[in-house]
Amino acid sequence: MHIVVCIKQVPDSAQIRVHPVTNTIMRQGVPTIINPYDLFSLEEALRLRDRFGGEVTVVTMGPPMADASLRKCLTYGADRAVLLTDRFFAGSDTLATSYALSYLIKKVAQEWGEPDIIFCGKQTIDGDTAQVGPGIAKRLNLLQLTYVAKIDEFDLAAREIVIHRRAEGGIQILKTKLPCLVTMLEGTNDMRRGSIEDALRGARSEIVTWNAAEAGIPDLALCGLKGSPTIVKKVFAPSPRAEKAFQIEVQGKTPAEISDAVIGEINQRQPGLEQDIQKMAAGF
Amino acid sequence: MNQKAPPAKAAAPAAGNSRANTKKELPEHLKSYKHVWVLIELERGVVHPVSWELMGEGRKLADKLKVDLAAVILGAPGGTEDAIKDSFGYGADLCYVVENPALTDYRNEPYTTAMTELVNKYQPEILLMGATNLGRDLAGSVATTLLTGLTADCTELDVDADGSLAATRPTFGGSLLCTIYTLNYRPQMATMRPRVAPMPVYQAGKTGRIIRHEVALPEESIITKVLSFLPDSATGKANLPYADVVVAGGLGMQNAENYQLVRDLAEVLGAEWGGSRPLVQKGWIPSDRQIGQTGKTIRPRLYIAAGISGAIQHRVGVEGADLIVAINTDPNAPIFDFAHVGIVADATKILPALTEAFRKRLALAAARPAAE
Repeated sequence: MHIVVCIKQVPDSAQIRVHPVTNTIMRQGVPTIINPYDLFSLEEALRLRDRFGGEVTVVTMGPPMADASLRKCLTYGADRAVLLTDRFFAGSDTLATSYALSYLIKKVAQEWGEPDIIFCGKQTIDGDTAQVGPGIAKRLNLLQLTYVAKIDEFDLAAREIVIHRRAEGGIQILKTKLPCLVTMLEGTNDMRRGSIEDALRGARSEIVTWNAAEAGIPDLALCGLKGSPTIVKKVFAPSPRAEKAFQIEVQGKTPAEISDAVIGEINQRQPGLEQDIQKMAAGF
Repeated sequence: MNQKAPPAKAAAPAAGNSRANTKKELPEHLKSYKHVWVLIELERGVVHPVSWELMGEGRKLADKLKVDLAAVILGAPGGTEDAIKDSFGYGADLCYVVENPALTDYRNEPYTTAMTELVNKYQPEILLMGATNLGRDLAGSVATTLLTGLTADCTELDVDADGSLAATRPTFGGSLLCTIYTLNYRPQMATMRPRVAPMPVYQAGKTGRIIRHEVALPEESIITKVLSFLPDSATGKANLPYADVVVAGGLGMQNAENYQLVRDLAEVLGAEWGGSRPLVQKGWIPSDRQIGQTGKTIRPRLYIAAGISGAIQHRVGVEGADLIVAINTDPNAPIFDFAHVGIVADATKILPALTEAFRKRLALAAARPAAE
């Protein structure tokens, strides 16, 4: 079995700070990480491989330094890692990204066999769009299963998969055919630590690195800024609210006195709210 | 890779760039695309409220463009009547309706087919969907099929002087906002999360044109099958976006045990409870309780934020609240820039007092005979 996992190296957004005075992003020294949502998909891929045999190929598109994240995936136990990197891809939106990645996956299929299943992260923490997975599925004409909470059945011989999908108000149980593209929901598994052997192999292994030509991307006009239908016209900091919060006097007051003052403010600013809470509690 | 969150060039004005897309040169065959569409998310007989919120936004865009607002309703035969009636009530001029047994439950294949067929035939200039699991699953497939631009999770939608959709969304994990255009492709697609826009006023008795469209969707041609549906149990499941009162905690709660103080107050108030992202990362609360840019957007009448510093990622998720009460030991915490009422104090001390005071007041009110 061949499994392909798409990952993205992202800035650790928990560590991004906005300069308090200039209101600009302080980029310096923000570490990069594997998009956390991708790890749930990678772990699921590794589990399938451990059960059914075969290989996991991890792929990404990004700058040359994205090989650090790919190497990390090898230490978790992925069998192979491929980096697609080229200046033509700079500024890609989701449509241009899914174009490039779909050809990368085609090339990977030529080299190491057609994938039986492809995993993507649910979304990234920097772009937050959740669009690249469905985009790849559409371009490769694959069935897509997003927000998967659990892979219930996986039958390689019958080429069938049954999954639990998070939907509004409940879980949809869906059955479809392989090959398909899956995005896992967060919290569905815990990433393994990876063995010592994998750690050593990850450190030593060559990351397969391709440029656009080597990956066989046919039309560069569909890549990068040029191939992106969306354009960013402006980037700006949110405008601050005109007035700051009304401060409750706390000096020399007990918590009880402070909370009475807070409740007074709430009732003055939201008259009727307390009565409504009362009614709700009484079951009206 | 995304809506250009990280590249350095995104921060620079796109002007001066030589690529074609930055100037509006709409190809001739796309000039006939007119009107604003909203997908009505109809599942098991219920319309997701985000669809009505989008109708309110779509109405404003359509009025500015002086075009029609259309609701797109996909569903089972005979299952769309209420959605049609309510679409008119929430401001639609017309409804496009596709009824087919294959559209009974949401599935990507038949929904993508129906949606792209409708777009190709009736040619809208703007297509809006909710940023829900359904909307996000579908929007990516539809945009890729149509090879057009899609802007996810918008916080504001507007049309500029030349009639282009200006879709504003948080970027950099919510630290900044960016405005994104799809100048030379149609339709211009965008998604918006639940509770970002207010609910429009419902006008009973309104009607309009209904255009029914047939799409061939033979079940044997659809590979994915719905085996069953397990509804969530009513208890234990967070319904943060639509709660009237929300109490949330942040790192200022100091430890997982103290987080219980947030839940205690929430319980007395019949409120939903949640927290900022670090609490999810620390495992103090489950991820469906996260409030903010990467969690839930809320719009309650009262929001109490305890020990939350108010990073912009959090702010974008809560600023639709009518009244924000913030408790934080740091008088310079950014949360006091957008809260209405501030208390510079230790939340672990104030929360129990608030819980106790509310408990007494509500018990007292319950004990009083109903005077009205």
